[in-house]
Amino acid sequence: MAQVLHGRGPVTATATTTRKRRPFLLDLYSTAVGKKYAMAITGIGLMGFVLFHMIGNLKMYFGASDLDHYAEFLKKLLYPLAPKGTVLWILRGGLIAMAVIHIHAAISLTRLNRTARPVRYQSERDYQVANFASRSMRWTGVTVFLFLVWHLLDLTFGVTNTVGADGEFIRANVYDNVVRSLDRWPVAAFYILANIALGIHLFHGVWSLFQSMGWNNPRFNKWRQAFATGFATVVVVGNVSFPIAVLAGVVGG
Amino acid sequence: MSNHLKDITLKIWRQSGPNDAGHFESYKVDEISDEASFLEMLDYLNERLINEGQEAIVFDHDCREGICGTCSLMINGQAHGPERATASCQLHMRKFKSGDSITIEPWRARAFPIVKDLMVDRSAFDRIIESGGFITSPTGGAPDANLIPIPKPVSDAAMDAAQCIGCGACVAACPNGAANLFTSAKIAHLNLLPQGQAERFRRVEAMVETMDEYFGSCTNHGECEAACPKEISIDVIALANADYRKAKIKNRKQLARN
Repeated sequence: MAQVLHGRGPVTATATTTRKRRPFLLDLYSTAVGKKYAMAITGIGLMGFVLFHMIGNLKMYFGASDLDHYAEFLKKLLYPLAPKGTVLWILRGGLIAMAVIHIHAAISLTRLNRTARPVRYQSERDYQVANFASRSMRWTGVTVFLFLVWHLLDLTFGVTNTVGADGEFIRANVYDNVVRSLDRWPVAAFYILANIALGIHLFHGVWSLFQSMGWNNPRFNKWRQAFATGFATVVVVGNVSFPIAVLAGVVGG
Repeated sequence: MSNHLKDITLKIWRQSGPNDAGHFESYKVDEISDEASFLEMLDYLNERLINEGQEAIVFDHDCREGICGTCSLMINGQAHGPERATASCQLHMRKFKSGDSITIEPWRARAFPIVKDLMVDRSAFDRIIESGGFITSPTGGAPDANLIPIPKPVSDAAMDAAQCIGCGACVAACPNGAANLFTSAKIAHLNLLPQGQAERFRRVEAMVETMDEYFGSCTNHGECEAACPKEISIDVIALANADYRKAKIKNRKQLARN
């Protein structure tokens, strides 16, 4: 536990910077504040994804043909201007990039924060305003990521899904795949749990991004947490309704 | 009427030097007036320790009126103790009850190494202030009062930020050991005012990047705001974040002109 006292450095009374100039984005990303910008911007992108993913899935309430047709529509975005699937892959590429940046920034900031307090408080801390959501961002984030991996294996690659009537997993039969997957109650329970974790993550994350982006205005400050709560609620209620609907037989029954 | 608290048990962090492991030690304080300040209670204990031939507990203190930012105690897991908007020196024993057990720890952060017992070295804050540099101001005869018009809300906001006494409670309270509230308060109080405009963007970049060398990062818990004896709002953090983004762009443009 060797600690070194800071010496009195030379007092220059001028702001000098000796940092090497890097390309703009790398330069911004090199500092903690810049990484928080990266987390906020990628967070906004991923928020857009979870919202539209939820809205798209609502089609399952209209029946198999509506949901399957929606999946087909996603493939045919801007078709015939762009070949089938092109736009979807561009969107997927963006999502993957955003997720990678979001996770990389989270890991490096976590490491920075750990080193900022190498010796923890030896007595119990009494937190005043930090809540469960803000204190558990890392764990809710990891939960959502693990769910994402499993979710892709389940409904995109069909690895953990049960096979259909004809003995093979057909990706385009979205409705059948969803019903077969969520009809298994442990799967439905995991799905619900992961979405609650997502909701907790959004509850703090969506509010937090306003601060990180420097969006602070006395006129709308009080709406920031309300917006975060509302957004998290809409996404979670929508998503959690799917496994419940399948188990209750409303969908696919 | 003055009342006396009985049987206060103190659990105080003792550490003989920066490289000592340190440990908690228990002390009993009997018959302390509830009109005593928290630091006076420690003085009273120290008098006794000195009379008994023991080593006094080292803690930082100076003005004892809540304006210098020298006192720095983690009291029962809260920076500056349980009282809102109050530095340790302005905390009084009437806030505690007879029989209470009070735990006192130093600030803990990599940037704040412990000098001895409850005293930490906060010169990392000086490094941030130094990197902020000067403001350009005309010398010569004293300028007329109110020569520079400043809208009232702007000067109020700048003065709110300028209240920062640099005690380090924000860093101590932050679960990440971040100094964003301190740095942002210093940035905000100059950047809001016309006098601070000439060096505005150079200052933000230099201060934020110096802060990065010592401290953690902000995850918007808001613990700093709750611990701040001057109740500085985390609004200043958003302001500094926005200015940092602008600075990154403007400074590059200025460099490109060279």
